[in-house]
Amino acid sequence: MSSAATGELAPLPARPPTPRDPIVDAIAAQRRRDTSRFRITVAVTWLVLVAIIVGGLFLAGKIDFDFLGEWAGYIVGGAGLTIVISAASIALAVVFALLGAIGRLSGNAIIYGLASFYVSLVRGTPLLVQILFIFLALPQLWSGFADIPLILLGVFALAFNYGAYMTEVFRAGIQAIPRGQLEAGAALGMPGQLRMRRIVLPQAIRIVTPAIGNEFIAMIKDSSLVSVVGVQELLWRAQRVGQSNFRSLETLLVAATMYWILTIIFSIIQDRLEKRMAESDRRT
Amino acid sequence: MTAPATPAAAPAAAAEKSTTQILQLRDAYATPGKLVPPGAQPIVRLLGIEKYFGENYVLRGCTLEVYPRETICLIGRSGSGKSTLLRCANFLEEPTRGLVEIDGIQVAAAPLQSRSRGHREEIRRLRMSAQMVFQEFNLFPHMRVIDNLIEAPIRVKGVSRKEVIATAEKYLDKVGMMDKRDEWPARLSGGQKQRVAIARALTMEPKVLLFDEPTSALDPELVGEVLKVMAELAHEGATMIVVTHEMAFAREAADRVYYIDEGVFVEAGPPDQVIESPRDPRTQRFLKRLLDKV
Repeated sequence: MSSAATGELAPLPARPPTPRDPIVDAIAAQRRRDTSRFRITVAVTWLVLVAIIVGGLFLAGKIDFDFLGEWAGYIVGGAGLTIVISAASIALAVVFALLGAIGRLSGNAIIYGLASFYVSLVRGTPLLVQILFIFLALPQLWSGFADIPLILLGVFALAFNYGAYMTEVFRAGIQAIPRGQLEAGAALGMPGQLRMRRIVLPQAIRIVTPAIGNEFIAMIKDSSLVSVVGVQELLWRAQRVGQSNFRSLETLLVAATMYWILTIIFSIIQDRLEKRMAESDRRT
Repeated sequence: MTAPATPAAAPAAAAEKSTTQILQLRDAYATPGKLVPPGAQPIVRLLGIEKYFGENYVLRGCTLEVYPRETICLIGRSGSGKSTLLRCANFLEEPTRGLVEIDGIQVAAAPLQSRSRGHREEIRRLRMSAQMVFQEFNLFPHMRVIDNLIEAPIRVKGVSRKEVIATAEKYLDKVGMMDKRDEWPARLSGGQKQRVAIARALTMEPKVLLFDEPTSALDPELVGEVLKVMAELAHEGATMIVVTHEMAFAREAADRVYYIDEGVFVEAGPPDQVIESPRDPRTQRFLKRLLDKV
């Protein structure tokens, strides 16, 4: 009766439930078995490779395990500084990249010029040269540089370099925002700066977050370059101990293993974060 | 030491219409609609609007005057220039020639000058008086529904947050979306998104609403709910310019319908005249094709 009054259609009669077809569960179980077999085989392959390397080194009898036991802890202790340097450098690099990207998209010729010059200069010269330049050449220009703590110089050098590469990532992220978003902001009377800050950047940062994770993992490895100018991180400790005892095989093995473990750990963390972000995006 | 105008530039400048000349242009079709208060002057004037995209001459001098509380529909084939004209009205497209006046704010086309800060500010004020609803909704996906509505009024109109929220809720209620107040846009259907977009435009409390094919991106079953909201607004006396293919809406809600073809108005008038018995053969052919499509 209410349907006649409001013009709405009467609800359809409920469909009787269909009994669950056993083939659905059988296919799901088969798929799970295939997945776990694949994973197990991958794990076994890894273990065999590790066993071959470790066993080979052991059988060759060239490794001094007493020495290793004595110094491994000291070398691994450098990993803390490696992480600190990497994290600080990435954070600063994000700032450089944001400024760089806004500059590369600016209609102002001077700002565009500054940003494109920065990217070109950094991408056109090796990272090691940049690090040496900042540590060794700049103090010649201004002696005050010698008083700046090594770690700060190292962080700056790494961030300056990564910021240029990440500029292009950020630029792509900003350009990925649909034009309609900016038009909507403009139509609402928002000035350009406000549109950038409130509409474009929040969406762009979401897009580039996975890329920042990749850059961080790369940074963990490239942070080893600042060891050449005496920042006492993981690789510096390995080289120092190795060279003074003529046991570089052992110490570099420890350092390499440690970098590898760090990158694996952060890859896993990044993977988790990405999955969680994807979940909060799934709003439909 | 600015050089005097070169001889080559002088005749070109003389060929340009002056602002005074443009201001004399009148929309011959504009007769105040039934809801217009007596003695009212047009609140929107698009005078002699021309637009080039590169060498493509899209608008060839369109003059449109809209009185307060009128609903105007712009119809025409795709590519006829109807959306471009609407986008010129709030300077999302820069007109090549002509002048836009909305609620007393005049902005003339200035395609050769890079705009001064003052000029940009004028455009911004003009845009606030003429809110646009887009074909693709363009809600901000990173903000909840209510935040989509209050963002601009708080930040560009400087109204207090409390006041804006009250206004926003009033309009959400009007478009029937109050129960989705704290929802993410991605969770809404197309019709719901468009109704939120209309509420967002209304929360700016504009003088005119510009609709750019608001139902063209919707599934057919969702078109009705949006048109219903728009028809309500029209009957309550909102001033609206609507680019649309929905002839039933135009017939029902419009005071005047303009048929645009190749960048000029070829026919305009009340809907029962233009849609029911068009005089121009181009309008006849367009409407026949549109109504015969099933």
